[in-house]
Amino acid sequence: MTAWLVEWLRYLVTPLTVHGALIFIIFNLLVLSAAFMVWMERKVCAYIQDRLGPNRVGYAGWKQPFADVIKLLTKEELRPKAADAVLFAIAPIISAGTAFAAFSVVPFGTSTTLWGFLPEPVPLEITDVNVAVLVIFAITSMGVYGIVLAGWASNSKYSLLGGLRSSAQMISYELSYGLALAAVIMMAGSLSLREIVLSQSGYWFGFIPKWYLWPQLFGFFIYMCAGVAETNRAPFDFPEAEQELVAGYHTEYSSMSFAMFFLAEYVNMVTVSAVATSLYLGGWLGPFLPDWLDWIWFMVKVLALLFFYVWMRWTLPRYRYDQLMEFGWKWLLPAAVLNLLYTAALVLWLQG
Amino acid sequence: METAAFYIFAAIAVIASLFVVGQRNPMYSVMLLITSFGALAGLYVLLDAPFTAVTQIIIYAGAIMVLFLFVVMLLNVPREEPAPSVAAGLLGPTGLKIGAVLSGLLAIEMVWALSRLPSRYFNPDQAGQVSDVRNIGQVLFTQHAFAFEATSVLILVAMVGAVVVARKEH
Repeated sequence: MTAWLVEWLRYLVTPLTVHGALIFIIFNLLVLSAAFMVWMERKVCAYIQDRLGPNRVGYAGWKQPFADVIKLLTKEELRPKAADAVLFAIAPIISAGTAFAAFSVVPFGTSTTLWGFLPEPVPLEITDVNVAVLVIFAITSMGVYGIVLAGWASNSKYSLLGGLRSSAQMISYELSYGLALAAVIMMAGSLSLREIVLSQSGYWFGFIPKWYLWPQLFGFFIYMCAGVAETNRAPFDFPEAEQELVAGYHTEYSSMSFAMFFLAEYVNMVTVSAVATSLYLGGWLGPFLPDWLDWIWFMVKVLALLFFYVWMRWTLPRYRYDQLMEFGWKWLLPAAVLNLLYTAALVLWLQG
Repeated sequence: METAAFYIFAAIAVIASLFVVGQRNPMYSVMLLITSFGALAGLYVLLDAPFTAVTQIIIYAGAIMVLFLFVVMLLNVPREEPAPSVAAGLLGPTGLKIGAVLSGLLAIEMVWALSRLPSRYFNPDQAGQVSDVRNIGQVLFTQHAFAFEATSVLILVAMVGAVVVARKEH
């Protein structure tokens, strides 16, 4: 019976279906990881604030994000009368679309044949572009349009201020972000994320993994600062600063279009963490596990970074707006430039 | 497949560009221009030049258009006055006449320049090499180093100029 089923399924294995299945799986994993992140965020924040957090639906409230999605789906979709109908509708689509698209070039494991089911090993990523790092940079820089358009199209002063703030913030931090990426690219000599991960294999003195985290400690710090600012998370969450702007750019959104902004924010966090893992923490490389389980290492590292994200949000208070700009332009950018110079010197010295 | 993709991207680029000019809402114009840039990036990918495609998105669609959007949002230009018809434009005020003459000249120049391009530039085998990041970097910092540095100084001058113009008098 099962043998017959396997034979029949083999007929379906073509490059197109395999690729389609891969995209389908990764898309759903991202949605699930966003749901998990919402739950984790509420739980961790509850413990930090000495509360219990969600605990009604399922064990420790793990079904809470699914209940929230059902609630949002059944809510009424409202649009302000004076809003620009077209741009108001496409803004959340741009936000969520770019968030998902950025993950398409992130590798999360070597390859799999599904225990011999597939005729040839399939690499665990959607596509291996030879300019992958730049593709991620380009797609995340498009994500700002979702927020800016949402802010403008809502035709409300709070939304507009949120949109303006986000565009100024993202332009400012994109520079440091790009320069931090450039330093790693220089060390690896490649723009492909898979090659960058593979160039981090091996150990120093037999036990310190050759991650770029060690030579690029400042680069990692700059990348994480800029990444938090790019994803509009506390302490850089100015576009939606509650106390000042109600909810910033998504004040006027309701129902699923609000949920799409929410989803985009969490998927962006996952992407930033996944890229940080590939660039600085050796991606899926790790000891003890056999080759076909190496994606577990990737997930562990991404999860650690995501926890760090949540931890930071509930520990640090929000900056003031002028402090944000000052930090971005007067501290982070010069630090990123110095890091680039230091990396160039290091690469030249290592090459002899 | 590739030919179909080419025609789709080309059609998007041309139609979006036409609507950029034909649009009365500046916000829509900006968005359509970004769409056009995206379609152009698609064409670069088809030409086996992914690096050019990505830089097109990062620089034009990502950085410059955000600034455009910023300006449009800050000025909050709601809607432009409807343009007079083409015939009225040709017979209309001097500014419009000059514009018509200039666009005519531009069209003639384009045709002239394209007709004189030697065909050896269109060697599809070299496309992959030319767009390689390493090669672009090498050529940019050796052969064209002077032009590269001159451009950066020019941009610096523009930046300083913008700051001077924007600065309030004390």
